[in-house]
Amino acid sequence: MNSYSEMSGCGLAGIVNREGKPIPGKYIYDSITSMKERGNGMGAGYAAYGIYPDMKEFYAFHIMLDEIDRESEVNGVLNRFFKIVKGEVIPTREVPSLYKKTKPPVFYRFFVEPKREAKLPTESEEDLVVRAVMTINEKVKGAYVISSGKNMGAFKGVGHPDEIGDFFEIKEYEGYIWLAHTRFPTNTPGWWGGAHPFTLLDWAIVHNGEITSYGTNKRYVEMYGYRCTLLTDTEVAAYIFDLLFRKHRLPIRAVFTAMASPFWKDIEHYKESGLDKVYEMAKTIRTVYSSAMLNGPFAMLFAFKDGIIGFNDRIKLRPFVAAEKGEVVYMASEESAIRVVCPHPDKVWMPKAGEPVIALLNYCDSENVCYPA
Amino acid sequence: MEVKSLGEDIYEIVCGTSHYREVNSKVKELVLKGAKKVILREVYGQRYIGTGIKGKVKIEVYGTAGNDLGIFLFGPEIEVFGNAQDGVGNTMKEGKIIVRGHAGDVCGYGMRGGKVYIEGDVGYRVGIHMKGYKDLVPTFIVGGKAGNFFGEYMAGGILILLGLTKRAGEDIVGDYCATGMHGGVIFVRGEVPSRYLGKEVKVFEPDLEDMKILTKELKGFSDAFNIPLDEILSEPFTKIVPVSTRPYGRLYAHRWAVARGLIK
Repeated sequence: MNSYSEMSGCGLAGIVNREGKPIPGKYIYDSITSMKERGNGMGAGYAAYGIYPDMKEFYAFHIMLDEIDRESEVNGVLNRFFKIVKGEVIPTREVPSLYKKTKPPVFYRFFVEPKREAKLPTESEEDLVVRAVMTINEKVKGAYVISSGKNMGAFKGVGHPDEIGDFFEIKEYEGYIWLAHTRFPTNTPGWWGGAHPFTLLDWAIVHNGEITSYGTNKRYVEMYGYRCTLLTDTEVAAYIFDLLFRKHRLPIRAVFTAMASPFWKDIEHYKESGLDKVYEMAKTIRTVYSSAMLNGPFAMLFAFKDGIIGFNDRIKLRPFVAAEKGEVVYMASEESAIRVVCPHPDKVWMPKAGEPVIALLNYCDSENVCYPA
Repeated sequence: MEVKSLGEDIYEIVCGTSHYREVNSKVKELVLKGAKKVILREVYGQRYIGTGIKGKVKIEVYGTAGNDLGIFLFGPEIEVFGNAQDGVGNTMKEGKIIVRGHAGDVCGYGMRGGKVYIEGDVGYRVGIHMKGYKDLVPTFIVGGKAGNFFGEYMAGGILILLGLTKRAGEDIVGDYCATGMHGGVIFVRGEVPSRYLGKEVKVFEPDLEDMKILTKELKGFSDAFNIPLDEILSEPFTKIVPVSTRPYGRLYAHRWAVARGLIK
């Protein structure tokens, strides 16, 4: 197929097997590639969970380097924080059509173990990892951490989803959770680091739309030591999620009530219909976390080691469809992208605005999961 | 993509994941050759099906019809055996679309003629900016429930919501229903919670004349999906009409012009 495209908007897809069984990369590849029309070839990416079963106790750092010479600098920073168990170039395949757009950077992966002596007095292990990510992104010129979780990884770049999928040999991997994205950049540059997913620790996020409250959200997370360096609005959502879920230990439903909170008039309606407790909760969250609210049109998928959560802005300005077949849950921008890999789902539905679709692994006994799940 | 001839003037196209441009240009080519019926099989989200064709032809879609199904439609009849996505009947002028499943957001946007029947639910912003002119009166009928912004800024035509899939405790329609409506009519089977209605409309009980129109329009829907008309009409309907043809006429008007009577 030719590489023409039309103004459309990004596309996203996610698959989770709730029993934790591996799903071949081919499924997500076919699903996102069927929505090629939604992107313009200026960004695509994948996130996969369960791809490094032999190295699952180590943090897997996927790092993008403008030049291979930066590797020694990155190595130096990592050595300050971690014991490096293994470091290697991420295998890639020749995709000539990619090179017409940009020169691909070099991708490295490091499996690392935090050094106890590197921890600051009040710091947890995760805080140390986050600090290492921020240090590399901010201080090492031409190096960007693409993912930093355990037993997971992100693969992304400038191209169509099939080009990027072939480049990183996505079909060779098997994971129990997959996210994918095809990008149509509008307000921010199309560069390898700006493609989705955005990740931190084991959170990954893909996003269609724009966060018009970016300035407010950025200032808010910066107060807590996060650094927004990737020139796009989406990364801030990953940091807010980390702050609310991991640091503030909010239950998962509360996190999404904060990020896509109901309108004040709807909060008032809870009270009028006798839901006093819900009213109090919603009002408190809306007040305390007003700077964490994401405004603007968007549909997003969040993934972490225990599942996928999909949600929309408050008035549904971007498409979002979900489906279920046995233990597998699918989410995508278009129903056809689900049907292409699962022709006869048990259930297909169009979720309501602001209402998260929470698809967690079966061992999570309740939907009100708190960190650590 | 595979094209087969099934007897006289009937063709079948197996679409798979072919690009919509290939599929649509093939359909156009077949119609120019005199096809009366084109059957599309294994449709996976191909967009703009049925557009750019003038005249009476039947298009059957098996699978999931892509965005903007029947956009600018000018004559053909499209029947979908499966679900449709966003933008069904966008700005259509003439013809008919039948969807035997649900449909997504922004269906019937700016529709100015023809008929759309959706068997199941629809998403957000359905029937917004529908319009009518003289004998061009579009009709959009939803068998299931609808999301927010149903009939927003509606300027003409007939929008009917039946809620046949509605379970106890569910709302038939979402918030901001008929906001900014300034023409046309909406009929809802059952009641619309008043907090969901826009300020620009009033609710009435349909009179005899309305029931005549409703019965006539619902006849087509009842035939298409084989649902008895009596069953559909067994519950009372709510009629929603605008109170003004220019609800925002004075919004940005200068108070001097209002005082002088230049702007009413």
